[in-house]
Amino acid sequence: MNFLYLTFLFPAIGFLLLATLRTRLSENLAAVIGVGSIGLSALTTVYVGIDFLNNVEQGGKYVQTLWTWMHVGDFNASFGLHLDGLSLTMLGVITGVGFFIHLFASWYMRGEAGYERFFSYMNLFVASMVLLVLGDNLGLLYLGWEGVGLCSYLLIGFYYSDRANGEAAIKAFTVTRVGDVFMAIGIFIIFQQLGTLDIQQILVLAPQKWSEGDPMVVAASLMLLGGAVGKSAQLPLQTWLADAMAGPTPVSALIHAATMVTAGVYLIARTHTVFELAPDVLLLVGVVGAITLLIAGFSALVQTDIKRVLAYSTMSQIGYMFLALGVGAWDAAIFHLMTHAFFKALLFLSAGAVIIACHHEQNIFKMGGLWKKIPFVYACFLVGGGALAAFPFLTVGFFSKDAILLQAYASGHTNLFWAGLVGAFFTSIYTFRLIFIVFHGEEKTHAHSIHGFSYWLPLGVLLVLSTFVGSFIHQPLEGVLPAFTSATLEESKHFVEILAIATGLIGLAFAFVFFWGERRIAKSISESGLGRLLSPVLRDGCGFDWLYNWLFVKPYLFIAAINRHDAIAKLFDLIPSLAKLGNSAMSVTENGRVRWYATSIALGAVLVLGAVLVLQVTFTH
Amino acid sequence: MIAIPMEQGLAVAGVLFTLGLVGVMVRRNILFLLMCLEVMMNAAALAFIVAGSRWGAPDGQVMFILILTLAAAEASIGLAIVLQFYRRHHSLDIDVASEMRG
Repeated sequence: MNFLYLTFLFPAIGFLLLATLRTRLSENLAAVIGVGSIGLSALTTVYVGIDFLNNVEQGGKYVQTLWTWMHVGDFNASFGLHLDGLSLTMLGVITGVGFFIHLFASWYMRGEAGYERFFSYMNLFVASMVLLVLGDNLGLLYLGWEGVGLCSYLLIGFYYSDRANGEAAIKAFTVTRVGDVFMAIGIFIIFQQLGTLDIQQILVLAPQKWSEGDPMVVAASLMLLGGAVGKSAQLPLQTWLADAMAGPTPVSALIHAATMVTAGVYLIARTHTVFELAPDVLLLVGVVGAITLLIAGFSALVQTDIKRVLAYSTMSQIGYMFLALGVGAWDAAIFHLMTHAFFKALLFLSAGAVIIACHHEQNIFKMGGLWKKIPFVYACFLVGGGALAAFPFLTVGFFSKDAILLQAYASGHTNLFWAGLVGAFFTSIYTFRLIFIVFHGEEKTHAHSIHGFSYWLPLGVLLVLSTFVGSFIHQPLEGVLPAFTSATLEESKHFVEILAIATGLIGLAFAFVFFWGERRIAKSISESGLGRLLSPVLRDGCGFDWLYNWLFVKPYLFIAAINRHDAIAKLFDLIPSLAKLGNSAMSVTENGRVRWYATSIALGAVLVLGAVLVLQVTFTH
Repeated sequence: MIAIPMEQGLAVAGVLFTLGLVGVMVRRNILFLLMCLEVMMNAAALAFIVAGSRWGAPDGQVMFILILTLAAAEASIGLAIVLQFYRRHHSLDIDVASEMRG
């Protein structure tokens, strides 16, 4: 376990090497450094993980303090890594799934300009993300939090020569920054109230300092929730994720599906004690998740871009995690986080393969009949899509989503449960719509088959993990997160299971009727009056972009236009203009004319003598 | 012999000094400048004499001789400068010599 710091160090060194050597590296060397550093980090994680599980009892933890980061008065923030069941799970997802995505990216990005730049950003991202989950205090967590935000910005705008990509990057950065401001305020409140940023101390001190429903704890948890919804693309800060698909596809897989967007879930799970002291806010977490998963599900139904479908499904799945957090199903949320990382990474990587096979075409209506050309990708898509739609028993997504729905039902929050069930229904429809349109029907493009070791290995591994095999992975969360308890858990088990299976299959049947073959019914709906009215609204994410455009962007630009000359700066312009005035007044006297100098000497003498005289007269009387 | 009151002597010295100073300030001809400087020095010397006679001290007359020597030295150096000045600028206007810009 002493090697824990290496999980962070390898990607950081990889980043430094790639960023300093830049174009001096060949593509192969850049790939070796970029993928190898994550591979070493993943190996370290495996070693540390085995060591941890063998030597530390359940609910135990291992802390490695590297050095003192800040020390001001009573405030003491260490640069310390904290390993427990939760961070080990996250670490495994980040380095494990991250490694396979890097491997895939080394194939996907081949021949692109800025190959080594891509890997330097990716390595920096992994380093920041590891710091985020291992940091033992909120300051370090925030450092990693901002680091991943920066990398997200850099990678969304990776193809910077296209203006739209730059705008998508700015949008993602700005919207998440709104959440981060809330989170910073939350951290300030916690520090002001508890006097420490150490997460373990906070978990101990919070129940002693605050009673349940104390205004300060409500404020603190609300602010933390604000940070979480920003990072995890939940209502009302969800608008950036769909545009974030402008980045390369491996980036969407790693950052905008598997790891970074789940940081909000991790944050809430990490500070669960604070949220448990504010039950109303915890319920709000669930409500936010439920609304987001419904809205994102509706939007995903009408998307035409293969990656945007997956982006909306990501929002929707994180909505499930929030829902689980809200009903107190902590370990179900983390379980779904892990399984979602598997199958969504698989889906995004397969989508990347589809995009490559179709010569960088992303519109699903220009694809079709691809299953004969790329059968392996089709298999990946089937398993990944099945997991997303919670296809019963065969896929890992079924087990995690079923756990969430069951615990939501058993906790008594039936409204949230029904929302989740409706969401599952729509998930099933849009997932199979995607599969039917892309892989079946008539061929519209000439797709070429694809080969390569670094292409099929990541897909293969994630494919296996997305089947029921993935559900055998045990997460050592006992003692770290409170266990879910409910009297009605056992008796409602079969009811919820049957309902979930039925919903998924009915959704599949609907998708078959609507989107198989000619898609007559779907076309007639979208061409009817209601369809014409609704589908543009849904396609643009239910009008949130439009709303925010009018609410924030336009007024901001308006004020900026009014204040083009910057009224406040005028005030500060006074200082230099005064100095300039003095300067010109003084430089008039330095004119090089001897007579002028003589005059000023005489005047000065007169003034001094006059002053002496006046003083003498005043003081002698 | 009627003693001249100190106040009147000093007033004459003051008037002379002011005349010389005004001359330095307003004239541009370098010869007039030299003459005005001479006038100012003589005004100062006169003030010393008046003060010396008022307190019956010889120091005033010592200072006068000193100033006279000074004035002679100054006149010789000043005239040499005027000569050089005229050779270089073909003018006696002192403002022509200003080479500062800005």
